[in-house]
Amino acid sequence: MTHPKTRAPRVARIAGLVLVLLTAVSGCSSPQKWDLTNITGIMPQLKFTLTDQDGKTLQASDLRGKIPVLYFGYTNCPDICPTTLATLAQALRKLGAEANAVRILFVSVDPARDTTAVLKSYVQAFGPQFIGLRGDQKELRYLTKRYRVTYGLGKADAHGNYEVSHSSAVFVFDRKGDVRLLGRGTDPAKSYTHDLKQLINDN
Amino acid sequence: MSTFIAFMTPYDFSPTVLAVCLLSAVLFVRGSLAMGPDEARPGIWRWLSFFVGLIAIYVVMQTRIDYYSQHMFWVHRAQHLVLHHTGPFLLMLAAPQAAMARGLPHFAHRLLVPVWRSRVVQAAYRFLQHPIVAAGLFVGLIYFWLMPEIHFKAMLSLTRYQVMNWSMLLDGLLFWWLIVNPNARERGGLGFGWRILLLWAITMPQIVLGAYIALHHSIVYDVYNVCGRAWPISPLVDQEIGGLITWIPTSMMSVIAAVVVLRMWLRDSARRRSPGAALVKSELA
Repeated sequence: MTHPKTRAPRVARIAGLVLVLLTAVSGCSSPQKWDLTNITGIMPQLKFTLTDQDGKTLQASDLRGKIPVLYFGYTNCPDICPTTLATLAQALRKLGAEANAVRILFVSVDPARDTTAVLKSYVQAFGPQFIGLRGDQKELRYLTKRYRVTYGLGKADAHGNYEVSHSSAVFVFDRKGDVRLLGRGTDPAKSYTHDLKQLINDN
Repeated sequence: MSTFIAFMTPYDFSPTVLAVCLLSAVLFVRGSLAMGPDEARPGIWRWLSFFVGLIAIYVVMQTRIDYYSQHMFWVHRAQHLVLHHTGPFLLMLAAPQAAMARGLPHFAHRLLVPVWRSRVVQAAYRFLQHPIVAAGLFVGLIYFWLMPEIHFKAMLSLTRYQVMNWSMLLDGLLFWWLIVNPNARERGGLGFGWRILLLWAITMPQIVLGAYIALHHSIVYDVYNVCGRAWPISPLVDQEIGGLITWIPTSMMSVIAAVVVLRMWLRDSARRRSPGAALVKSELA
């Protein structure tokens, strides 16, 4: 007869313990919320050697301590590239002085048309944190393959214009160069502001 | 010639794929040649089936096709058609296990046979080859890797991508062996009626999924937009073709497999009716 009486509190104790454990686990597993897609750990560290808009060689290691944001495009791009870069520029303006910790890397997948001079005038329009990068096909393929993105050039028309298919992904890294977040073309500026702020203040 | 070399060069070279394919080929050839005429020595059709299957699997995993599979949805679906359906089906149609075991060097044979016969491995194998588990796994894996969230990260992470492809291949081998095992039920194979039922059961969900993808008016898998396509093509056209590949050739595979099973079934019942005649026939073969 005493069994049911002693059993009930034990069940309650176990349930209580489970609840405490669950709160503890959920508490330490998600301290931060990200607006962009969290891809921490599923891609390799940032690594490249390319030429910047001033003709100087730039390596990923030169950016240690900064928050690199990597984007592939081309200056003749009619829609996605200018919109994405404008979104990023808007996000940086909202960050204020903290924006200095960020470097937006615009890597051209159309180096034949995007000379250093073209790149320079293009990225300057978006802000001082923007760096235009170009390289030969080997350097370019190395970097695109590393981030599992690609690009393709269409056939040229009578005027020599051609279509370019490329990735719309925005890869965000942390100060150590580890991959953290992925932004899509549809993500608004405030998502970038929110997540970049969190990354800047992370130590 | 240079385009051929460019095509044959692996996009992401995998020593594992190369080693497994080479080893399988060597074991099969060595074992087949060592078998006497009184054993179940593979004939020309089994050789053909084995090598067409093996080469197809190697080609979709280790040539330029692998690059296109990573950056074009419909090529990815075609790759999985080979990895999960056609390739393993052809390999298993050759029933190569006995020949491959025979091709093992003595020390490997002594090492591996006890492992294979151990209680744990046998229990796991029997579980995976339970008809309901096998069919559930076959369809479940297709659905799992095509869940948009899972698919997205599988295409971003090289490790996940490789796990995805290997899981499809291994599951394909298990499933199609269940279907085309030449042994009738009393010799350890699954009953022929069961096999037909399984083929029917896996077809419906594949048609539903393929049709859902092909007829969807918006983009289901945006990872190809995000990562860029191998050449300029309308994303919806890419998705339509990918959906059709998930829908039609996979169902055709079930039909072809059903024809193979029916033929085995008919032969088996003929053998039962006149055991003497069948014995003479099998001695001649």
